[in-house]
Amino acid sequence: MTLPPLLPCDLRARLIAGVAVLLLIAPLAHLGPALAALAGVLALIVLRRQPIPWRRLWHLEAFLILLLVTLPFSVPGTPILELGPLSASREGVLRAGVVAAKVAASVLFLTLLFAGVEPARLGTTLRALHVPEALVRVFLGLVRYLGLIRAEMQRLQDAMRARAFRPRSNLHTWRVYGYLLGMMLLRALARAQRAEDAMRLRGYTGRFLHDTPSPLTAPDRIAALALPLLAAANLGWDLIAKGAGSA
Amino acid sequence: MAHIPDGVLSLPVLLGGGALAAAGVGLGLRALDDRAIPRVALLSAVFFATSLLSIPVGPSSVHLLLGGLMGVLLGVGIFPAVLVALALQAVLFGFGGLTTLGVNTVNIALPGAVVGLALGPLIRRQTRPGRAGALAGAGAAAAVFGTGALVAGALWLSAPEYTPVARVLLVTYLPLALVEAAVTAIVVGFLTRVEPAALAPALKMRET
Repeated sequence: MTLPPLLPCDLRARLIAGVAVLLLIAPLAHLGPALAALAGVLALIVLRRQPIPWRRLWHLEAFLILLLVTLPFSVPGTPILELGPLSASREGVLRAGVVAAKVAASVLFLTLLFAGVEPARLGTTLRALHVPEALVRVFLGLVRYLGLIRAEMQRLQDAMRARAFRPRSNLHTWRVYGYLLGMMLLRALARAQRAEDAMRLRGYTGRFLHDTPSPLTAPDRIAALALPLLAAANLGWDLIAKGAGSA
Repeated sequence: MAHIPDGVLSLPVLLGGGALAAAGVGLGLRALDDRAIPRVALLSAVFFATSLLSIPVGPSSVHLLLGGLMGVLLGVGIFPAVLVALALQAVLFGFGGLTTLGVNTVNIALPGAVVGLALGPLIRRQTRPGRAGALAGAGAAAAVFGTGALVAGALWLSAPEYTPVARVLLVTYLPLALVEAAVTAIVVGFLTRVEPAALAPALKMRET
């Protein structure tokens, strides 16, 4: 690679830099810096040759859309549009634009941050970041068993479908889903017991062997510093821009 | 609906939520015996998988939160269980958020933990499945409204302009509470009938 990596390859550095960038995007209050953050993230995606996850963007939560629709009417300011008793303010429209840009930038950055990351590899990273061992093991246990549990649930749902079950909004549906979940819980508890027994039989004493993370490389260090610095500069611009634009 | 993405909340709310979540997770981990880790992980996996089901309600559909049920089955262990599930959701699907991890954990786990601690002992004492289910159903509905109130509170604290949205949001939690109460009542009735021991948090393992 002749290009600088832009995002740290090391997961520890990537996670810390990523959280820092997202925290520095959160307080942005002006349209310029918010759009700059979005443009920066888009540039990063293009430079990393990643596809833009349009589906993630459109799959915004219902309440966010609600937020963007109501903000123009709930922020007081210069009216630009009258709808009966409601009036949309210029400030409100700007505010909605800021929130939309920030959310889009954050969502895109998050997908970029974890693109191609195997969750199972995060265990080492989290340990290196001094996350409590028990929490790391619960996380790894979830990573390990989620696929299995989902496959089991799929089998049960296939069986339900084979008996001509179709979900509707009635008590019968809820009862069937209740039994499905109850069955899943029973099987999961039995499986947890078996897993625990198997670990004990193999002499598990409360410690897993795990690899020591390799030291950070120079490009990783540079990338880990450069990204939050850019985001901090953007926030600085936002703070100076006070007065102009929306508040 | 319960997952607030990055970029919406203000910095103090994010940090406050993070601190609260850290306290809750710390409490949960302290109560957690080494041997109960597979149990918490597997229950977390079941709740994760179930929350992906979309259940029709009228013209729309809901995704279960299951905070109340988790609280009964996990006690304070609900905090680490919810945190890891939300973290994995962010890593796998880019869903929810990274900076909002703390706030979202508190929003789902805190009402569940309260319900589990308050109603759990009473539910486990019932011998009639129907009554245990009814209690759990009421607890589940309460937990959903608790989550709704916390989500609305987080929005309101971040910016007063979010207030109308927060109000509408609370209304959308009504059908969810109804479905959750029904499903949770069935699940707890079922467990009371076939395996009452499953309803205990069992974070500390007894030597057998």
